[in-house]
Amino acid sequence: MSKITQNGTDEAEFAKPLYVPIKRRSFFMYAGATAGATALLLAGCKDEDNNVAAPTTPGMVSVGTGDVGVLNYAYALEQLEAGFYTQVRTGTYYTGLAATSAEKQILDDLYYHEVIHREFFKAAITAAAPTQIIKALEPDFSKIDFNSRTSVLGTAKAFEDLGVAAYNGAGRYIQSAQYLVIAGKIVSVEARHAAIIRDLVAEASFVDSDVVAIGSTGLELSKEPSVVVATANTFLKDGSKLDVSGIK
Amino acid sequence: MNIFAILSELEKTDPEVFERFDSRRRVFKHMTGFGKTLAASALPLALGSIFNKAYGQTTSAPSVNDVLNFALKLEYLESYFYDAGLGVAGSTATAAQTTFRALFSATNLSALDKIRTDEANHVKYLATALGANAIAAPARTQFDFTGGKGSGTGPFADVFLNPATFLAVAQSLEDTGVRAYKGGAPYLMSNKDVLTAALNIHSVEARHASRLRTMRRAGANNNTASAVAPAGTTEAGRNASPKSWISGKDNGGASPTQTAPIYDAGTAPSYTPTGITFPAEDNVTQGGVNLQTALSSLNFPTLAFSEAFDEPLPVPTVSAIASTFTITGSTLFS
Repeated sequence: MSKITQNGTDEAEFAKPLYVPIKRRSFFMYAGATAGATALLLAGCKDEDNNVAAPTTPGMVSVGTGDVGVLNYAYALEQLEAGFYTQVRTGTYYTGLAATSAEKQILDDLYYHEVIHREFFKAAITAAAPTQIIKALEPDFSKIDFNSRTSVLGTAKAFEDLGVAAYNGAGRYIQSAQYLVIAGKIVSVEARHAAIIRDLVAEASFVDSDVVAIGSTGLELSKEPSVVVATANTFLKDGSKLDVSGIK
Repeated sequence: MNIFAILSELEKTDPEVFERFDSRRRVFKHMTGFGKTLAASALPLALGSIFNKAYGQTTSAPSVNDVLNFALKLEYLESYFYDAGLGVAGSTATAAQTTFRALFSATNLSALDKIRTDEANHVKYLATALGANAIAAPARTQFDFTGGKGSGTGPFADVFLNPATFLAVAQSLEDTGVRAYKGGAPYLMSNKDVLTAALNIHSVEARHASRLRTMRRAGANNNTASAVAPAGTTEAGRNASPKSWISGKDNGGASPTQTAPIYDAGTAPSYTPTGITFPAEDNVTQGGVNLQTALSSLNFPTLAFSEAFDEPLPVPTVSAIASTFTITGSTLFS
């Protein structure tokens, strides 16, 4: 296959009459405006989803259907994780950590990353489907002792592993290649989190048999949305519990 | 010969013909030559090459089997690497392997053996899934993990003698794998079960990469690797003391001369679906929004915005990286 070298001047000069078409122009117009670009990104799913009634269970928060449903589902899980690490920072386990300690730096980074994930989904869904974004969920962290290393790291491990299993399990329900890649960009960071948190709990337990089929295929044990929310809902207050039956 | 009549005919069977050309702006560059330099007799040939560019490239998006076979090649690369250093699971290690194993702490050796097992299982899983369509297992002699293209004396000459070099190459392979699976995922969407399986390998590779990074910053002979914090707060220290995730471009990775492309931008093949790009790992723009700008009120460290997202790489870029470890003349990643 021949290699084509790009020569800006030549190309621009020649291409103009043939190829300045509106289509491309307006694309860059969109790309220039950040909010517009997100709207563009998410526009694909908007119309069809508006025509499908989202299933609702009284007292539960329905994530909706289609790609918006999956995005809301991810947004919900990121809300949980971000809320958790935010509260970790108030407990004596965290406040007692030396500034230079690995655990302090790891928990700081995880807090940053998860808040960024949450805010990313909030902005993206708001721009594309403002009427379909789920509300800010009220977490129930009453079972967690934020003053205890064991409790905090044990819960962090549960959340990170759950996040990885959730993204992997939801990939098949994503219709747009762009969202699939975005989910992929996040899930591998969650997997990196999970590995180090597991190692903090028990050194070298990053791929143990509760999360990876280590004795057979070497595959992550992903989970369907319905399985994930059964766990996630135990960390959400009544009125904030999730209904994911629209994802299919 | 009437080019426009041909295009018009073509449009009847392929309504997207003009779009194909339009999205391949470079094609038109070749057409500029028509009037100036090409004799009329050369036209059919030139035209053929234009169609080749418009169609040849747009139709070469990898099939499900292509993606799986490419993944299988990468898994062979990884699996053979761990086997070569640590010995094949279930077989007696050579004297050299036994000596090498003793250079790692007990917890680190346990971690490496788990990774080795996973990679061997990934090979088996993918080969089984592909069945008769699977590529033949490449000969182990096709690989030179020193990066010496067969000489055995490449930049990583002590890869199976020095545990730090071994971990550096391992991190590089796993981080490459993570980006490769991410880049391949869109081409698996037609088969949901295959897609799910690929995602389930993708996250395991990320877990491996995280652990290898943890071991690298603590040193190969440390039994509590996770207790060691990364050195410094800037990207500059990330070559030898990485975080468990990629921070910025990790300053070029474990050995920048060889590993910088692993963290850099990929070159998108022309068949890449609309909206999918392959930025460098220090990218902070997601879904069209510059998060660093949009979320500046959070006052988070600058690097956190790139750390929160990994980035995909396309097949050609991954092939170029992977071919660092094949011998001259090998066609595995060509």
